[in-house]
Amino acid sequence: MTWTSWGISKSPWLYHVSTGSCNNCDIEVVDCLTPKFDVERFGGKLVGSPRHADVLMATGAMTRKSKPRFKRVLEAAAKPFIVASVGSCACSKGIFHDAYNCVGPVRKVTRNVDEEILVVNIPGCPPRPEAIIEGLVNGLQKLKEVQQ
Amino acid sequence: MVGRLVFDFFVFPGLFFTLGVGILASWLVRKVSALVQWRVGPPLLQPAYDIAKLFGKENIIPKGSTEWGFLIVPLLGPIGLLLASIILVKANYLAAAFIGDVIVVLYLLVLPALAVVLGGMSSGNPLSSLGANRELRLVAAYELPLILAVTTAIVKTGGGLRLAIFSSQWVAASFSGAFAFIAALMCIQAELGFIPFDIPEAETEIMGGPLIEYSGPLLGLFKISHLMALLVLPLFLITVFLGGFGTGWGALWGAIKYVLVLVVIILIKNTNPRLRSDQALKFFWYGAAPLGLIALVLAVVGNFIGIAWL
Repeated sequence: MTWTSWGISKSPWLYHVSTGSCNNCDIEVVDCLTPKFDVERFGGKLVGSPRHADVLMATGAMTRKSKPRFKRVLEAAAKPFIVASVGSCACSKGIFHDAYNCVGPVRKVTRNVDEEILVVNIPGCPPRPEAIIEGLVNGLQKLKEVQQ
Repeated sequence: MVGRLVFDFFVFPGLFFTLGVGILASWLVRKVSALVQWRVGPPLLQPAYDIAKLFGKENIIPKGSTEWGFLIVPLLGPIGLLLASIILVKANYLAAAFIGDVIVVLYLLVLPALAVVLGGMSSGNPLSSLGANRELRLVAAYELPLILAVTTAIVKTGGGLRLAIFSSQWVAASFSGAFAFIAALMCIQAELGFIPFDIPEAETEIMGGPLIEYSGPLLGLFKISHLMALLVLPLFLITVFLGGFGTGWGALWGAIKYVLVLVVIILIKNTNPRLRSDQALKFFWYGAAPLGLIALVLAVVGNFIGIAWL
């Protein structure tokens, strides 16, 4: 555990990237901020710019059009950060498995840009807010272990 | 002598004290906002965690930016507020030690806004220069009523500019003083960048505005500047209008005053929607500035006739 990974686990700022989702996961991500789930208890908050982000919440099956944009977001974000692929589509393309317009799950595209970036899968259609929070906790734990 | 100066600048009332109180104040802002929205809110040291994290992250200098400006500008805010904090605290505790008057403090309080404008202009991003423009417009809007309000306090206390003169009497305990206090409170709200005047940073419109390209330690410096402002600006209000912070056991009363002013600001923040740029300008020039002007006229008339409560 380094200074940075400790800091990120204490205040994970979330940035929301839609990579072609049906808006269902997007709503669930925003649900995490509501009084019932309140990620601010753990220091999390939604930020507007990838430069401020610690966790990129990618939702959707990564359409052909959104891939270059997602790559640019990955390049713009300040390291270290983790990518959370929220929802079945982002994890494995889901029902869009053989669709011609979807280019692989978020993990694959992220690996193509940088091997080092940590990707957490949060499956579900859409995942419940509890599942998203648990996925974040696991991802941040993993980041601590990786950055020994 | 040098040891004394170092202590003043870095421990009390300098960096350590200002940052410490700022962290608590920022926690109060987030916690009270959370309670208003029926949430639990962040833990006590959350603002400190945020800053510690930002200082460990990568620092990106964008390609189209003016490099040296982009790097130097974030320091302006903390420096200005640090000096203002030292002057204000010293005026409250050591009235004899004169290091600056109310005009110096007014100038120093412009520095954080200036830093945001210059930082936004130098980052080479369309949204950030839009935010910088909005900040500039907002400064033009709130400076006039703020100066009118402070002038009222100066007239009310007999024409002196020394902060110790203000802190020895309750300016707000008269009609003109109360009007001026309300006008100044609105200006402080805008100066802190809180809703309804968070036009420059509008997270949902222009994604953090001038700060959009800042990452890592430089963003941390802007956050530190905001933390310090949370101490300095209410303290400025208390010193000028609400009879100062007090010494000894009086400091407890001062702390209560500080928390009350802060909570009023937070409640205004949580119960209002964001204004547009033109609405904010109208609010300050047609609303707050006439209020300040009325206060000033009342104070002058009261002084002339000799009625203390006017």
